[in-house]
Amino acid sequence: MKSKKLLSGPYLIWSLAFIIIPLLIVVYYGFTTKEGDFTFTNIAQITTPENLKALGLAILLSLVSTIVCLLLAFPLAMILSGMNVNQTSFVVLIFILPMWMNFLLRTLAWQSLLEKNGVINAILSFLHLPSLNIINTPAAIVLGMVYNFLPFMVLPIYNVLIKIDKDVISAARDLGASNIQTFTKIILPLSKPGIISGITMVFVPALTTFVISDLLGGSKILLIGNVIEQEFKQSSNWHTGSGLSLVLMLFIIISMAMIAKYDKDGEGSIF
Amino acid sequence: MPNKLIDIVQVSKSFGDNLVIDNLDLYIRENEFLTLLGPSGCGKTTLLRILGGFESPDHGQVIFQGKDMTDLAPNKRQLNTVFQKYALFSHMDVAENIAFGLKIKGKTQTYINDKIKYALKLVNLDGFEHRTPDSLSGGQQQRIAIARAIVNEPKVLLLDEPLGALDLKLRQDMQYELIRLKNELGITFIYVTHDQEEALTMSDTIVVMNQGYIQQIGTPEDIYNEPQNAFVADFIGESNILPATMVEDKLVKILGVDFPCVDIGFGRNKPVDAVIRPEDIDLVKPEDGIIEGVVTHLIFKGVHYEMEVTANNYEWLVQSTDMFPVGTHVGITVDPFDIQIMKKPESEDEEAVAIEE
Repeated sequence: MKSKKLLSGPYLIWSLAFIIIPLLIVVYYGFTTKEGDFTFTNIAQITTPENLKALGLAILLSLVSTIVCLLLAFPLAMILSGMNVNQTSFVVLIFILPMWMNFLLRTLAWQSLLEKNGVINAILSFLHLPSLNIINTPAAIVLGMVYNFLPFMVLPIYNVLIKIDKDVISAARDLGASNIQTFTKIILPLSKPGIISGITMVFVPALTTFVISDLLGGSKILLIGNVIEQEFKQSSNWHTGSGLSLVLMLFIIISMAMIAKYDKDGEGSIF
Repeated sequence: MPNKLIDIVQVSKSFGDNLVIDNLDLYIRENEFLTLLGPSGCGKTTLLRILGGFESPDHGQVIFQGKDMTDLAPNKRQLNTVFQKYALFSHMDVAENIAFGLKIKGKTQTYINDKIKYALKLVNLDGFEHRTPDSLSGGQQQRIAIARAIVNEPKVLLLDEPLGALDLKLRQDMQYELIRLKNELGITFIYVTHDQEEALTMSDTIVVMNQGYIQQIGTPEDIYNEPQNAFVADFIGESNILPATMVEDKLVKILGVDFPCVDIGFGRNKPVDAVIRPEDIDLVKPEDGIIEGVVTHLIFKGVHYEMEVTANNYEWLVQSTDMFPVGTHVGITVDPFDIQIMKKPESEDEEAVAIEE
């Protein structure tokens, strides 16, 4: 027993050095002034109109992205789970392939695709179609989020779907359920754990991103991630940056708690 | 004679190049316990899935009460299935599982509650309404799966090796339980199994299948006592299948020795197979036997001893409550009534369905 506990040692040291201590440093900066006095002003920075707007927009855009990801991912995962293994690995490969490229590169690629004089608009004008002006708009940011985070929604849902016994679906059909009823009453509830982990894995990085909004939103659209980044890098104000980070963490904890609560309530009350 | 309920007409089904069911005809009567028995891959489960509507045949028809239901979706059929691994809905409790079909049909809550109570009583699980499937044993889960199917009052209950995952003792208990259920419900059971003992215990009719063909249809007694070919004889219980010649009516030459038997109509000096069940062989003093041999193996099996007796270069499998030690010279006799004569397969097609030893 003791020797098994020892095995977790490396990870414990890792998490102490790179998770717990940095977190404590963030907390320290978040609650102190430059002079080292205790203060709430850094936390209170969130209440300025600009920061509130940035937080609100970040929550809105990540919610929209999460929903779009879910709507795209579920049918795809359904189709994948219905295929045989050979076909699946091919489709998954196609799907995962972009992820082998660097995240920044992919987002930069979208930037040059969407630009006013970018690839898409060049093709559109060649075809004499109206040009697409979504670069530097929230729509472009959502597109970037969906593009980058979609696999994180597909994989957990796919994983729960392939674990559903085919006989369970046959049993529902056998007991009189139509295809739609089988989906809403059996497949959807059984895939809830995958949906929840998919939502978590898309919503959290989308809420905190600053790279996507930076590249595809221009400097016009600020999300809370951009505000925090600017505090650290441009203003060199680690105290305000840490304070805002703590607020953002709080929002993530609240949203996770809401999802967990929904999960608990959902159990056993399907009808 | 009860009416035909289901008529399976010239049904064929293949998966890719693999022909699973070949031009099969079978009818199932009302209120019958019919078992599809055969080794794995014989097409029995596919046939059941065709009846349930989960597979559609490549050719042929399935007629239910005079109406063609070959292309009917599973949810439109008046039959319900009990699956091998129970297939309970793990996100619902026992009561919700049982209520599933009834809720879909829009029954009232009072009706549903009555049905849940009735069904749980029927499967001896009163008071289990609010347990979750995960908290039940395999046997209990299987009973819930049965309860979930029968509350819909199907005309036919399809059971796909429902006892396969249970241990021996529980399996035997469930066999009696299923017979009782069938008698109480008064509906048709179509039961798929590879377990010959299960089939013999429960069925009114056994359909022995191999490689997509029906080998024999009959009552358990017919199947056991009068197997029509070597496959059935070998698959159902243990047996000595001996090459023999039908000398004339009521006389068969087995391993060069004449045995009186009761079979007639095979012609004179025709090659046949003779089947003798191990428990039908009597071991006597060497001078009293029809054929003489030496005991070469002896195993105690509980109820009886199992011995191998070498006589005329053939190892006879013998089961007896009397023990003869290895090396004993014994005589073998068989009642004429206990010798079952089977035609030798004539065509290559028939040969193909005989079991390979």
